[in-house]
Amino acid sequence: MSENNVIQITETLDKPKATTDGYEIVHSKSQLFYPEYERKGELKHQTHYCPGCGHGVAHKLIAEALEDLGVQDQTILVSPVGCSVFAYYYFDVGNVQVAHGRAPAAATALKRACPDKIVLAYQGDGDLAAIGTAEIVHAANRGEKISVFFVNNAIYGMTGGQMAPTTLVGQKSTTSPWGRRPVNEGFPLHMAEMLATLEAPVYIERVALSDNKNIMKARRAVRKALELQRDGAGFTFVEILSPCPTIWGKDPVEARKWIAEKMIPNFPLNVFRDRKVEVPNNNIPPHKTVAELIEGEKRAVGDAELPLRHHHFRELGIKIAGFGGQGVLLLGQLLAEMGMREGLEVSWLPSYGPEMRSGSAHCHVCLSKDRIGSPLVSRPQVLVAFNEISLRKFAAEVAPGGTIIYGREALPDDLSIPQAQVVCIPASEIADKLGSAKVANVVMMGALLEETECLSPATAMQVLEKKVKNPVMLELDRKALAAGRIYIDHTVAIGAVTQADGFAQ
Amino acid sequence: MRQLCKGNVAVIKGAVLAGCRAYYGYPITPASEVAEAAALYFPEVGGTFVQAESETASINMVYGAASAGVRVMTASSGPGLSLMQEGISYLAGAELPCVIVDVMRGGPGLGNIAPEQSDYFAMIKGGGHGNYRNLVVAPASVQEMADLTILAFELADKYRNPAIVLTDGFVGQMMEPLDLEYREILAPEKPWAVKGTAETRKNMISSIFLEPDDLEEHQRLMEAKYIRAQQAETRWEEYLTDDADLLVVGYGIVSRVLRSAVDEARKQGIKVGLFRPISLWPFPSKALLATALRSEKVLVVELSNGQMVEDVRLALEGKRPVEFYGRVGGNVPAVEELLAKIEEQMPAAV
Repeated sequence: MSENNVIQITETLDKPKATTDGYEIVHSKSQLFYPEYERKGELKHQTHYCPGCGHGVAHKLIAEALEDLGVQDQTILVSPVGCSVFAYYYFDVGNVQVAHGRAPAAATALKRACPDKIVLAYQGDGDLAAIGTAEIVHAANRGEKISVFFVNNAIYGMTGGQMAPTTLVGQKSTTSPWGRRPVNEGFPLHMAEMLATLEAPVYIERVALSDNKNIMKARRAVRKALELQRDGAGFTFVEILSPCPTIWGKDPVEARKWIAEKMIPNFPLNVFRDRKVEVPNNNIPPHKTVAELIEGEKRAVGDAELPLRHHHFRELGIKIAGFGGQGVLLLGQLLAEMGMREGLEVSWLPSYGPEMRSGSAHCHVCLSKDRIGSPLVSRPQVLVAFNEISLRKFAAEVAPGGTIIYGREALPDDLSIPQAQVVCIPASEIADKLGSAKVANVVMMGALLEETECLSPATAMQVLEKKVKNPVMLELDRKALAAGRIYIDHTVAIGAVTQADGFAQ
Repeated sequence: MRQLCKGNVAVIKGAVLAGCRAYYGYPITPASEVAEAAALYFPEVGGTFVQAESETASINMVYGAASAGVRVMTASSGPGLSLMQEGISYLAGAELPCVIVDVMRGGPGLGNIAPEQSDYFAMIKGGGHGNYRNLVVAPASVQEMADLTILAFELADKYRNPAIVLTDGFVGQMMEPLDLEYREILAPEKPWAVKGTAETRKNMISSIFLEPDDLEEHQRLMEAKYIRAQQAETRWEEYLTDDADLLVVGYGIVSRVLRSAVDEARKQGIKVGLFRPISLWPFPSKALLATALRSEKVLVVELSNGQMVEDVRLALEGKRPVEFYGRVGGNVPAVEELLAKIEEQMPAAV
């Protein structure tokens, strides 16, 4: 294959074409380049790259490979920030120019939007190995099926010769004027080796534009990367050691020599990865149309709303509080769901915090016949307090004539809540006796429904049946709901309510 | 169908209906449920969900997908949005449509995860570099989280510009009934996109204009579309403003508390009405001025130290006194607190 490629070029050289202005074209430019660089402005016939710059060669290798693969119409080139920011002047393919360092991120999304197209990112060393280190590592690690061409010339070119992450130890730049000192600037970054530690990439090679032999190797590497992408193989990466005569302060010939003598010993040429990678493709989500998705949601919601039920309130604000893990937030959600099914406007607003142990949790539930203004219940008519801390914290907020459902057998001796009626129920103990402390919140719900009659227990069961898939748990919930209600009936009957004063509503 | 739904999840349900099939994001409280819902729903309907390595990567993935012409979105909260600002500037400069959701939390810095409205300047005035605008809508309910997300996609495509859904931790975390019916929403053709096809081969997505004249011309064209948006896309809601002596102004969660406070104040005979901007950019300045001129004075309430109030003052051109009341740090005023502020402005007629 490589020999054929060499022959092709020789053939081109053998057939010089005469042009009208007397010049002879000894080697025609790839059809993949624009014939004239209109986007560049006035000087349409030459690139903006300096004499002896490696970008021209790298461009040529890529363009010829794309042309030979016949994918010009299928190609999207992502150009970076740096000297090759203007790659779109030259490549007659779809072009996307992106922010500094982010080409692999943009290419990721382009490839996923156009999975059967050829997407390549072309980046320099500042772009890829400094500001964009995270993007290249993660695109490679995800195994994005893109090709990344990394032009490493050990210096920042476009900004005028500052130190690059790949600048050699001792190499002078405008920002390492004494030569790169590892004690201050660290060592050169070896991107090909770094990426080769990842599982997903299928092909990683470092090549150099130091002499014709190495350029031909680079040519093969570029082709191989693009062919692998065409075949859907996976992430491909070619690092190209490239001359920058202008900034290095060398003539083009010396610059090439410098690659051979200085860069290659630091950045050894090698194929770091060339293997097929089997990526497991399991846990595939079922495919649905949007209409089917909405249908599924409808089924999950279940039957239409219940016939309108009479509610004795215009608006009811409920606050529920306890420890995280007691089912505080869930109880609020169940009440909101029930209210919705009974034709009310509802809102549920949680306290939310970092996910950590032993936090307190509370939520606000509004049930209303009208559009709900504030979902924040600052003066609850009903407080459901699972523990003493919550009771002490929120009891004073309860509106005059309001109700408190307290999840303990009795109020603390020192606490007086004159404005509200307090109902005590040892919910955890009742839940434990039923067989699971988990249903304490449903015991509390039973007490709440029995005491306030704000929503129907039948609706509660309808919602629980929808939400609780495990039949054993559902049976426990049914018992818990009943137990909460019975306890309230019983307690009221024997006059054990702590503060009889609060009864008047 | 009415379903009880979380605000952050409603965003994704709206996005699915809007034909969005690409989500690139990074988790952050209190916005993470947006990404979680996208991870659940998008793959099912043939879309893409990728958890990016950072918000910087997310927004540049959004840039890539938008370049290919697909409806794409991301969501985050304050600190994440700060990281995205460079990308948003690029998106605006390259005229790429996308939807970005900011579920605001307390700042500056790490701040906290409780609700604030302190990203107003960053989102409305443009937190990134250069002359550009974001199209910004501000939902105040779970239903609007879905509906305004759909609208945001339409606006983004119509003006080829990033659109922001600016909300807060409370609206994102709360649950309310969501009415969602299937309907076909077709995204417009995007002949400018780069899709790796013969027809789009000559297309180029870029925000570079090296020549000053070229960049000026580009910016003039952008300005022209922003002027069109200002004429066509202002949205707001009024409540009991016809006879209001005092006009209260607030958006998002604050407008909900204000609405309750207005009801309470009316019970006491205080004539107060509510003006709620729904589009924050373009700001409904003309409508606000017309409404405010019927009142004696204006009270602006925000979960900030005074950001939107600047736009209210600009809109009113000094024609009515504007008072400001703000809570910050994640504190959301209670109805009673705002009622007291209203009473301060307008002692009840005896």
